Amino acid sequence: MSEEPLFDPSLKKRKKKAVVFIEDPLGADADPTRPAPETIDSTTISGETVDLGPTTAHELMSKSGGSEAKSEKKEKEEDEFKAMFGDVKKKKKKKEIPLDFGDDSGTSTPAAVEKASGDASQGPTITADDIDFSDMKKKKKIEQEEDDGADDDDDEGLEPDGSHLDNIDEAELGDDPFAHADPPVGLDAGNEAWLKSDRDYTYQELLTRFYASLHAANPSLLSSASKKRYTIAPPQLFREGNKKSIFANVTEICKKMHRQPEHVIAYLFAEMGTTGSVDGAGRLVIKGRFQQKQIENVLRRYMVEYVTCKTCKSPDTLLTKENRIFFMACESCGSRRSVNAIKSGFQAQVGKRSKNKTG
Amino acid sequence: MSVQNLNSYDPFADEGDPLGDNADVGSTADYIHIRIQQRNGRKTLTTLQGLPKQYDPKKLLKAFKKEFACNGTLVDDEKMGQVIQLQGDQRAKISSFLVENGLEKSTIKVHGF
Repeated sequence: MSEEPLFDPSLKKRKKKAVVFIEDPLGADADPTRPAPETIDSTTISGETVDLGPTTAHELMSKSGGSEAKSEKKEKEEDEFKAMFGDVKKKKKKKEIPLDFGDDSGTSTPAAVEKASGDASQGPTITADDIDFSDMKKKKKIEQEEDDGADDDDDEGLEPDGSHLDNIDEAELGDDPFAHADPPVGLDAGNEAWLKSDRDYTYQELLTRFYASLHAANPSLLSSASKKRYTIAPPQLFREGNKKSIFANVTEICKKMHRQPEHVIAYLFAEMGTTGSVDGAGRLVIKGRFQQKQIENVLRRYMVEYVTCKTCKSPDTLLTKENRIFFMACESCGSRRSVNAIKSGFQAQVGKRSKNKTG
Repeated sequence: MSVQNLNSYDPFADEGDPLGDNADVGSTADYIHIRIQQRNGRKTLTTLQGLPKQYDPKKLLKAFKKEFACNGTLVDDEKMGQVIQLQGDQRAKISSFLVENGLEKSTIKVHGF
């Protein structure tokens, strides 16, 4: 018996976290108290009296009729949660209670939320044979729980808010600790603000939701994406005399971008409408006064045009010349496209004409 | 007797490299390029090149000069055609002026730092 309460708190925390996360910081204080009671009531009523599927559908329909007002977000959210995850809650209640007793040794600490979710998911499957409930329901629950667990990890900062909420919920709930435990899971899975509203979901919302749950389920995707942040050392610019600038780490930057220094330099000169040369130490001497920021801008544009893959945005590309045309082949997605040749445009006459007489 | 069809003959022999004298291979030529050039000190020049034919560069130059309160001139370049040259860094102003007067922003390319 003691195990149940322990397990519940973590679930509650998740739910509360999700709510807080969704709403503005200002609303956080008000939300915790309200959501918990409402959710509890709905769960108890729906779960005990009516079938899982029908109740949820009805609730959804009734809620869908209205329009979403941002001020009412919190209340609506709660309602929506009930509607959306009513079945989940019910299912979980019935199935999970037995399961938890048997399988779960109680993941008491909030920190172990993930583990708890994992255990819970495992528990249902194991006990599924014993219980009469359909496997489908269980599977759904499991998936949601897993998602929730992942979300929780991301939202760890919000835990404190959840803790006091949990206490309130428990006092009110009394009999069904699990009932409200389950709702939180559902909330986490869809903790977007639009869940409360009754309108149809837009593609954008569903898309962000998909990515949120995808990354929650597969943290490796997220980490790999973030790891790939492409960084390049900032260009080092010095002034040589009054009219020349020295770009000291050209070769280093070119190496990092896997581009020929000649190509990069040609682009720099064409873009900045100037000329220059490479000195003995591999530094680029540019005619004119340039600051680091300016060079950085030009380099950035160079990367957009000649380094990053237009298809997948990966900087892992190769530039090859065939038949006088430059082709950029992406190493990570395999796309290949031609890129514009570097062309310096019109050069206005600057300085004394006598100096650049060509004949 | 020789059958003409059986002769080994390269119909493109005298064409040479098809891309040989085409300077802007791989680039779309219908961009309006706005460039900047440094002069002495902190002075700069702005050049506008590739203006579509239906616009009169003279009138445009006059409008620029009045709008931006700068001097400018029309330069005839052998390769680039007529180029509008303005004093000072007018790149942002030119591009917004052109966009406001009905040119596609995607056809305008602003170069420089």
